[in-house]
Amino acid sequence: MSEQQGMITATTTTTTAPYTADEQAEFLAALQAYVGQEIGIDQHGPDPVNTPMIRHWVEAMGDTNPIYTDEAAAAASAHRGIVAPPTMLQAWVMRPFGVDRDALGPNPYADLTSLVESHGFTSVVASNCEQTYDRYLRPGDQITLRTVIDDVSAEKTTALGAGHFITTRQDYFDQNDERVGSMLFRILKFRPAPKVTPVPARPRRPRPAKTEDIAFFFEGLMEGKLLIQQCAQCGTLRHPPGPMCRNCRSLEWTTLESAGNGTIHSFVVVHYPQVPSFDYPNQVVLVELDEGIRLVANTLDVPRDQLVIGARVRLVVERVDEELALPFFTLTEPTPATRQDDR
Amino acid sequence: MSAVWFDTVDVGDELAALPIPLDRSLIVAGAIASRDYQDVHHDAELAQAKGSKDIFMNILTTNGLIGRYVTDWAGPDAFIKKVAIRLGAPNYPGDTMTLTGSVTAKEAGVDGGGVVELSVVGKNGLGDHVTGTVTVALTASNGERPQ
Repeated sequence: MSEQQGMITATTTTTTAPYTADEQAEFLAALQAYVGQEIGIDQHGPDPVNTPMIRHWVEAMGDTNPIYTDEAAAAASAHRGIVAPPTMLQAWVMRPFGVDRDALGPNPYADLTSLVESHGFTSVVASNCEQTYDRYLRPGDQITLRTVIDDVSAEKTTALGAGHFITTRQDYFDQNDERVGSMLFRILKFRPAPKVTPVPARPRRPRPAKTEDIAFFFEGLMEGKLLIQQCAQCGTLRHPPGPMCRNCRSLEWTTLESAGNGTIHSFVVVHYPQVPSFDYPNQVVLVELDEGIRLVANTLDVPRDQLVIGARVRLVVERVDEELALPFFTLTEPTPATRQDDR
Repeated sequence: MSAVWFDTVDVGDELAALPIPLDRSLIVAGAIASRDYQDVHHDAELAQAKGSKDIFMNILTTNGLIGRYVTDWAGPDAFIKKVAIRLGAPNYPGDTMTLTGSVTAKEAGVDGGGVVELSVVGKNGLGDHVTGTVTVALTASNGERPQ
């Protein structure tokens, strides 16, 4: 059978949301009307029970029971001769290779399947198989299968989704029209539960370490200003921030708000490794501000082919989340496309 | 294979565990021997396109392995009367399914023989592939057999 196997756990009765109670009852009644109907098509085994097929089966199963292949041992057993493995019952009437399931033509089972599928129960999984053997088959037996719709359940909730269990009974007959075995086969036609793939929240950008020396920089950005540290004694600008002036060694400092204009001094385009909080390719520029210090930042809306050393840029301060604002640089005016190597 | 007789079997008797390595060849051989040409049992690409992780064992092979497991224990004179299984986690290549079983009921018939009921479970790396009940008719140890 084509039915895929899968785990079916707890099943309980439920009512389906998209239908009213009346529609639900009508649908269930329509399903129940199929119970007891014969499919009405006899499926004949293409070959009689035969020892080559038995041998293929026992080889695959690793079954060394001599009653299936050893004439003498089989004759000496309670079976009094070669028999087919009982679990092989269904194999004698399997659909030939290259013939698909629609080849049976219209029948109540196909109609039932369509009805169930029209209500959204489109997936299928096999849940139970119960074979009963009236007698062991022997080489030469000619097997015919007749199928009856045995049961259609009310809607059940399963781990796979809501669905209906459909049970068919397949009766197997020999050349004398005597029943040799029977199989109850239960499938679940279900509406696949929608797969909830949680969209992972994009991790925030790494938090800056806000020391006493650098806190002003990020606090200024939160107010939309790019502040540059400036020596209170000699007026020298410095970045990144630090406690002491490299020029006069003064520990006194103040800040100057940058006008936000500068030039791309250098850049790098990061492809790997990728950190989830950034977009890739990640364009990182070293901007020389007109005030004379250099600053590392990301670009904003700068096409890769216009990202060139010497391009004029201006500052845009952006809030990246509720507690962090960062400086970005965008082109002051488009520059001629002169693509450079990324790496 | 061993052999047991109705009068030597007791409820609670356990069958020796049988680990079955689920290689790709076994899954394909089982499908072909049972004339089951569904692509999900032999074509990994098509099986994946249908949402399965890989090809997986068909139900007929599961039934065949259970039949084998039971008569490996019961012997050539046993008659399997019924195999009722519930299907669970698929048998994928690379896994191992271990069959275990025990005698859960025993009912005497005529001539010292009778019927025993076995509980059989096939467990793989994902969980229970199959749980089932197998009914087997056994003869008596002094029962008549053809010579």
